[in-house]
Parts: sequence; C-alpha cells; structure tokens
Amino acid sequence: MAENKSILVVGGGISGISVAVEAAEVGYKVHLVERNAYLGGRVAQLNKYFPKLCPPYCGLEINFRRIRPNPDIDVLTMSEVVKVQGGPGNFTVTVKTNPRYVNEACTSCGKCAEACPAERANGFNYGMDKTKAAYLPHTLAFPMRYVIDRSACASGCKACEEACKYGAVVLDQQPATTELKVGSIVYATGWKPYDMGNLKLLGEGKMKNVISNVMMERLASPGGPTGGKILRPSDGKEAKVVGFVQCAGSRDENHLSHCSSICCMASIKQAFYLREQYADSKAEIFYIDLRTPGRYEKFLNRAQADENIKFTKGKVAAVSEDPSTGDITVELEDVLAGTKRKATVEMLVLATGMEPEMKGSAGAASVSQDGFALADLQKPGIYSTGVAKSPVDVMTSIQDAAGTALKAMQSIVRS
Amino acid sequence: MDRKLGIYLCSGCGISDAVDMEKLEKVASGELKAASCAVSPFLCGKEASAKIAADVSDGVNTVVIGACSPRVMYDVFNFGPQTVLERVNLREHVAWSQPGAEIKTEGEGGETKTVFTESTQMMAADYLRMGVAKAMKAEPPEPLRQELTKTVLVVGGGVTGMRAALDAAALGYKAVLVEKTGALGGWNAKSFMQLPTKGDFSKAEEPIAGELIAQVRAEGNIKVYLNAEVTKTAGAPGMYDVTITSGGTEAQEKIGTIVMAVGWQPYDPANLADKYGYGNIANVITSVQLEEMAKDGSIKRPSDGKAASSVLFIQCAGSRDPQHLPYCSSTCCATSLRQAGYIRQSSGDAKAIIVYKDMRTPGLYENYYKQAQNDPGIFLTKGEVTGITEEGNGNLVVEVSDSFLGEKVGIRADLVVLATGMVPNTKPLDRASNELSIRTLAMDYDDQAKGVKPLTPAPVLNLQYRQGPEVPTLEYGFPDSHYICFPYETQRTGIYAAGAVRSPMGVAEALRDASGAALKAIQCVELTSRGAAVHPRAGDMTYPEFRLESCTQCKRCTEECPFSTLDEDEKGTPKPNPTRCRRCGVCMGACPQRIISFKNYSVDIIGSMIKAVDVPTDDDSQMRFICLMCENDAYPALDMLGINRLKYHNNLRIVPVRCLGSVNVVWIADALSRGVDGIIMAGCKFGEDYQCHFIKGSEQCNKRMDNVQETLQRLSLEPERVQQIQVTASDYAQLPAMLDKIVEGIKSMGPNPFKGF
Repeated sequence: MAENKSILVVGGGISGISVAVEAAEVGYKVHLVERNAYLGGRVAQLNKYFPKLCPPYCGLEINFRRIRPNPDIDVLTMSEVVKVQGGPGNFTVTVKTNPRYVNEACTSCGKCAEACPAERANGFNYGMDKTKAAYLPHTLAFPMRYVIDRSACASGCKACEEACKYGAVVLDQQPATTELKVGSIVYATGWKPYDMGNLKLLGEGKMKNVISNVMMERLASPGGPTGGKILRPSDGKEAKVVGFVQCAGSRDENHLSHCSSICCMASIKQAFYLREQYADSKAEIFYIDLRTPGRYEKFLNRAQADENIKFTKGKVAAVSEDPSTGDITVELEDVLAGTKRKATVEMLVLATGMEPEMKGSAGAASVSQDGFALADLQKPGIYSTGVAKSPVDVMTSIQDAAGTALKAMQSIVRS
Repeated sequence: MDRKLGIYLCSGCGISDAVDMEKLEKVASGELKAASCAVSPFLCGKEASAKIAADVSDGVNTVVIGACSPRVMYDVFNFGPQTVLERVNLREHVAWSQPGAEIKTEGEGGETKTVFTESTQMMAADYLRMGVAKAMKAEPPEPLRQELTKTVLVVGGGVTGMRAALDAAALGYKAVLVEKTGALGGWNAKSFMQLPTKGDFSKAEEPIAGELIAQVRAEGNIKVYLNAEVTKTAGAPGMYDVTITSGGTEAQEKIGTIVMAVGWQPYDPANLADKYGYGNIANVITSVQLEEMAKDGSIKRPSDGKAASSVLFIQCAGSRDPQHLPYCSSTCCATSLRQAGYIRQSSGDAKAIIVYKDMRTPGLYENYYKQAQNDPGIFLTKGEVTGITEEGNGNLVVEVSDSFLGEKVGIRADLVVLATGMVPNTKPLDRASNELSIRTLAMDYDDQAKGVKPLTPAPVLNLQYRQGPEVPTLEYGFPDSHYICFPYETQRTGIYAAGAVRSPMGVAEALRDASGAALKAIQCVELTSRGAAVHPRAGDMTYPEFRLESCTQCKRCTEECPFSTLDEDEKGTPKPNPTRCRRCGVCMGACPQRIISFKNYSVDIIGSMIKAVDVPTDDDSQMRFICLMCENDAYPALDMLGINRLKYHNNLRIVPVRCLGSVNVVWIADALSRGVDGIIMAGCKFGEDYQCHFIKGSEQCNKRMDNVQETLQRLSLEPERVQQIQVTASDYAQLPAMLDKIVEGIKSMGPNPFKGF
C-alpha cells in the first residue's frame, strides 16, 4: 500500500462531500477542496429535493454532522487545484487558497456586515438580490464564517475591520498556496446552469419574466430574494400562471447534446411549489419526452392528477414579451394535437440543463468534447464522480460517490 | 466518576447585550456550584480556550460551555473523549432569538442604565441549569471495541454481486459470493449485448459478465458458492454466522457485513395476456425471450420459425401502469433500442418499430438514442397500443392510438416484443407490486394487530432477527430506507442493497452501485470494530446498556426498534446486539421501566434536564413549555431562526433529543406533574415521505401519543397540552409561528393546575 493514505477531492458539492465522508469514515484522510466560500455547491441553492419534496438543508446538515467530529476531513474552501504532479499513490497537488479576508477567529456574529456600507449582487441567489460586501454566504453555510467581497469595497474602507471585535477581518489577506501529498484524486466539480443568453429562440436571457429553473429554486426558497414567495422579477407580482420549457438547451446539438436528466423532475417539483403557494395557480409544462424514470414515475403521476398542471408535448418555437404587461407568449407546436398554438403566461421558467463545470478547464482530469470527465478517459489514480462524469440527479450523485470513494481507496491500496 | 465541574460563559457575539452575565455567572458559581467558572468576551479565542484546557488538565472533568450552538466551534471546544462536554446554546437560542436589553435613561442627570429583559434572563439561566444537569449525569463513552470478522458476504452472483465482491477483495477484504443458480453472471451473462457503460454511451457492448467471472475465479480472496442459498443468518454485523446450503449440504461462514445483490425478475408476462395477448398469440414475446434468441444466433418468430423482419416493440409492457408495475423500469427504452439494433443487423431490409409513451434515455443515454434515431430502419413513435390481432399467417396487426401517425393506425409486424419491466427479487411473495405501499414499514406489528394480512417476504437472508427473517421492503418491494440521501442503507444495519434489487437500473448503474455498496459494507465493519456507530450517527461511541434485572418483558423495545437490533430470549427479555444498533434511542423511549440508557443519554439524564427548568408558580406571563426537539433537523432550524434574528416564544425551553422516537413518556408525565404547562415535540416529518433519519422514530413518537393521552387523562389535563409538530431543517422562518400557535393555544386554557404542588 502507498504510504500516503490520503485522497484529494476536488469540489465540495454533494458529490464531493459524499466522497469525502464515505472515505473518511473508513479511515482515510481526505482533503476536500472547494472553490466557493462554503460547501454544498448547487444543492445548497435548491429549495427542495424531488420526489420527496424534502429540504436539501436536511441532506447537507446530515453530512456536516459527519464532517464535524471527523478529524480525517480537511476542508479547504475558496481553494482551487492549480497543479497536479506525480502518479497513483504519490501525487503532489498545489492548491491555491484565495483570500476570504476573514480568518478562523470569525464567530459569524455579523457585526462586519452590519457595519459594511457596500453592496454586491448576491450570486447565491443568482443575482436576484444583494448582500453587503461582508456577507455570510447563506444560513446553513459551512464553514459558518463570513466572507468579504473586496471587489465591492470602497477603497480605503475599513468599516468591517473596525467593527470586528475578534480580529477576524484581515483586509490585506493574500492568496496562499499549499502543497498536498495524496494517493489519489477525485474530481467532483459538478455543473453550472446552461447560459440562457445562448438560447436565441427563448429570449436570450433578456426578458425579465423568463427565468431559469435554478432561479425558480431561489424564488421558492425561504432564503431566496423574495423569502420564498414566487414573485415575478419584472414587477414583483405573484406569478400564478407559469410555463415551463423543458430541454432548454439540452438534447440539442447546438447547445448541450446530452439530456440533463433532472429537468423533468425539477419542473414538476417547481409546478408543485407554485400549486402549493397559490390555490388559483396554473402550470403548463412543454416537453419532448417526460423523463421520470424508476420510482420518479409516481411523482409524475401526482402532477398529472392535478388538473392545474398541464403537460403539453411540443417544442417551443419562439417566445415574446408584452411590454405593457410583462407577460410572456410562447409559440409552440402541440405535437399530439397536431396544431400550432400560442400560450400566454405570467412567467416562463426555462428548464436549462446542466453544463459540466469542467468544460474547457479540466485540470488533471481528461474530459470529452461535451466536457464530461468520463471514467474511462482518466489516468491511473484519477477519478471523477457525479455530474463531472455524467448528468445525474442528487440521488445518483450520492450513489456514485460511495463507489468512487472505494475506487480512490483501491488505487491507494494497489500502489 | 468524581465530578469537577467547570462552567465557561461567553459574553461575545451579542450574548451580553441580551443576558446579564454577572447574574448568570452567579447562577453558575452559586446555585450550580461550579468548581471553576469564567466569563470571557471571546470564549472561542485562543486565550480563553487555552484556559479551559488548562483547567481540564488541572482536574476539571465536566465542562459546560455557555456560548454558541454546538454546531459551530466544535473544534475549539473539544477537550478529549474523557471530558464530559455540554454546550449550552446561549447565542442562537437565547441572545439572537430573544428580546435584548434596553438602554434606559434615568433621572435628571441623564444617566443610562442597561435593563435586561427578565424572560430572556430566565431562559438563559434555565438553559444553563439544564446543561449542567445533563453534564453532571453524563459519562464519557466507553466504546465497545471488539475483534470482529470483516469478511463481506455478497448474495447474488450477477454483475452487481461479482463487482461488489471484486471491489471488496481489491481492498484486501475476504468475500463470500453466494449464487442461487449453477453459474455466475445473472441476466447479463444471458444477454447478447449490453447497454453502454463506457465512453459517451453511444455504443452497445459485449456483456461484461464473462470478464467479471474470470476475475472472480482468479481472485484468491473470493470464495464462491454456486447452486447455493443463504438458509440462515444469525448474529450481528461483525459477527454473523451464516449458513449456506448447496445441494443439501450446509456450510458455515463467519461474516462481518452483507451486500444484498439479488437482482430482479422480469414482470410476469402472464399478467399481460388480456392486454397484449401474451400466451394467446404465439408471436407476442418478451424482451427477455428476444434476448435469448439473439444470443442463440437468430431471431425467429415462434409460430413458424420465420426470420422476423419487422418487429414491433411495445414499451412499458406492465410498467408505468397502476394495474401492473406503477413505476418505470428505467432501462426498457434503451434495451429496446439495443434490441432494435439486433433486428437491423439481421438483415438490411429488416425494420424495427418502437411504440413508446415517452422515450426515456436520460443523461448520456441520449447519445445512444441518437444513433438509433439516425438509423432509417428504426421507427419510433409515441403511442398507446390498444389491440393486437393475428392475420392468420402468423402476421400481426398492432393497433396504435394517439401516435404521431394519426389517431388510430394498424401497424403490421412479424413479431411483437413486450418490453416487460423489472421486479426486485425482494418483492414479498404474496403481494403484487402495486399492493405494496410505504405502510409495509410498520407491517411487522402494527398492521398485524389491525388484522392486515402479513407479508410473506421473499427468502434471501433468513435472518434470525426478532422482527422477521428479511430486510423490510418499502413501496413496490424495494429494500431501501431512504433512496435519496442514503441509497444503500436498508432497515437492517450492516446489510446493504445494491443493483436492480434496490431500484430498476441498467448495467452501468449496477456496476457503480456494487462499488458503492461494497464501500458501505467495508465502512460498517471498520467503524464497528472501532466501537463506533454507523450512519447516521457515524462515530458515536455510545451504545444502549440494559439494566435487565428490572425488565418486565413487555417487549416494547424489541418491537419498536426500527432496525431489529434486539432479539428476545424465551421469556421475552431483550438480548442486545449493539453492532446492529444505530443509537437513535427509540428503545429508550419505548421502555416503561427506564432500564435502557446510553452513557451520555438516558431517561434519567434528560429527565434531570427537564427537572432543572425553573417553573414559576405565580406568574401567568411565565408559563413553561418544554419543547423536545429532534437534534437532526428541528434543532438546526432553531439555530437558523437565531441566525436570522427571528424570535421564538420566551416561555419555551428547548430540550434536544437524538430522535423523537427516544422520547420517554415519563418525561412528559413528570414535567406535567411538576406544573409545566405544555409539551411540544418537534421532529421530522413522518408518513409516506418520512424524513426521520431513523426511519420511523418520529412516527413511533406519534404512536405513543395514545399513552400520553392516558397520562393526561389520569392527571385530568387537556389533551392539547401535549402536541407533536413536524419541522424540517428549512422551516426556520415558519417555526416561530408554529410554536406560538401551540403555546398561545395552551395558554388560553390557563395554567397547569399542578403548578406549585
């Protein structure tokens, strides 16, 4: 067995967290490297999981509970892998940690944010609201520590530093590099939502009331920009008639050729958010195929049983905005009816797909043309998991993470 | 143990803006008799925490920290396993969620005075008393370290089972592989081709079974039993005695953990006789039969042996159908595309028609679908098959409605293939898939009492367990417990399901699943051998201990344990099996004799905490409500309430519990007879989409409400004084209103008449 019984996990979303805790609970040392200021990735930004409609905060907390007492998990947030050398059993990895401008003394008391005069667009809520330049990423942030977005600070301002009683604000913090010796590497770099700006037929991201499904998650979430009320962006009006365009970018050679595999369930889930919130709401889902495999079928059945959730098989050909009302009109071909028709909605949600985050920047992993780090493309000792490997849902990511942890352990035992 | 108590209070993070620290310190050093007591404005700072560590090396063995939530700064406030540590949450649960002090100007000189809110001060003092009461009774854990067997038993020799055994062996563990038939390989070995597992998933592949069989044969760490079944599994994780019977001979194996990879069976096509003429029309076959023909070399129709040149596939034959399999079998769409490829390869003019409801090729399987779409000889249409008729010459006409081709069309075919779905081999024998609901959870005892016909589980492991011989199944017969967050965990510790028995899946997913289940199995024996609990309390070094001399053999603990941890002797006395235990404390909650306890969690410890709450007798504005709160979800929600500076009712006192299932009715009875005005139990959602980390702890708590109501009746108290609410981790914004509603409702009934007795 290699002397170095440790594993590097790149990416601290649900996949990376799962790989880390699964391996560490067997007794392996894990370095979990995350680019953001917090763990949880895209899952932290979800309102509910399908099909149980249970909160992802529960799923994250159960994992944080596993991380907290485990001395074998070393969490490095705001960090990126910049160099990988060596081979299985003996990799040397250079990790760059970007400044958080807040050190370990932070108690998350919030005085820095109270004192901070500057604001920034809140990326966690996909820019739909603002936070102070000194901010807590979200209510269940792990680590529970503030961050300062220096790009939003006025020059010379030290309000946060002066407000902090614990010496936790370090405005001149510099990037730091660390060298890690690891036996194997797992890429769990996840995905980003496909850019609506590329979807010419669907408004190019320019219509206020055409939003993406990830934004819809934040609108429905208690920590979101509207405190969980589904209000449309143009005028803050309750959005009660909402359309969902499936495969917005997915299953399309001009955009993402793969099926993103989660969007059907996601739109059904979001239709439930809407139906639960407004008794007089209506949802219409425009789809190519309804892909709710396995036990997700029941989730679809539940939606089909609601007469205010309508499913229309058809491709959306164009969308237009009524400047006076802000409403959106969708032109579509209703395949089963054999007709072309228009539908007007108060808000349109594009079920944008998952684009692998590694597209174009793979690091030590090898990626396919589509940007997926397919398992059989990898060099010895390097593994990929979750959406880095193929478009999958949370359930499959957690399933895959356990197996990937085992492969990463095997590589160490072999070398 | 001889106690030396240290109480350390933090005044930072706004705590001293809400709590009069001087007064609180007096409670600590006076009433609570701390041997060492300190207040620091920055308790988690290096200096203050070093002082606590110094006190610990000077003999303080019981440390109570009155500061922030135990969910933060856990690394700072860690004084080793031998020190009893209790965190009193003065920050999130008091200072951040209760009214703070007011600065008042007095007199002519304009002198300012800080006026603390009385209710906030009372709450802080109570939490401190409660924390100390708990700490003074808690003991450091004494982990049960044992020499255990780490061998992995894999039941099922298909690709999933073989992969799991190989993966365990590759990490140096011994594996025993038991296969029911005479050959390894399962369905995969009987297939002509398999769905893609590699690359961009665009190409069908040679079945992997052959390669895996060769690897299993070459692996010295894997012992294979063929034509064999597990006829008895006695013991517990790390110490199973498994009897394997093969051809009438029995063999014994010492086993540490089990991977259940017993696979699937095709949905019985006999059930599709009416719908699709299976059994009546010779040329209607199943996808399994087609696969066998392809493997044998030629696809001929059964009626006359003619090579089938136009083949129609009916998708969802049995699946996505409430009369048959209500779920989708996930792989049939891709399988029919693969089999359409066989037809196309058989001759240039051969054609395949696939009639589907939705073409389900998610993720990278889309690439596989695309190559079929590009084949001019493969016709794909959405539609419903409404009838199949024979033309007399063996040719069939399939009537399809609602298709792209028109409202109702007849399509000629030589052969019709039913894409029958997958049924888990754990499906109980005497129930159809669509008759198995989540209610099977409680089947073992509750429903039997109500006269519901018991399930006959499919024999797989023949466990010698109190609650029955097999792993319980949930809806449709899948043996899981929560397939989103802990996919491999069954309702029996140390036994992990993998592959198509767990959920309908194809070969690529099954191979991944096998590796994952192998990991969970190995993790179980490793954690267990260190004396630690497995998921979800991984690392917990405590375990339930029984004062059996006081047991009355009521059997509640053995019946209510969600994991069948406890067996019984002939008299009905529980026989603990700590390595099967998940440490939820449901047994402790069930026990009327209070004989079950953990070193740091017991009926006495929590009861003492509740008794430590000061119950004012003469102030109606200070009625007292105990909230027994699940520490998994509700407690973090209350923390988040504080982080968002929301307020919760100042008459409440929060008592964290491992699971609502661990709530013992005696706590409620004692509290009410002391004059506590009401009790709220806040825990996870139960029922169909349950979120309880211990499957049915919160449900069990709810069931025990009958006993609670008896207690209330006995005390002549209103039933509304005790209520259970379901709280998720994200409910922090609604939580104040949820709690207020109950508190105000009880307040309107007036104080508990037992106050002051």
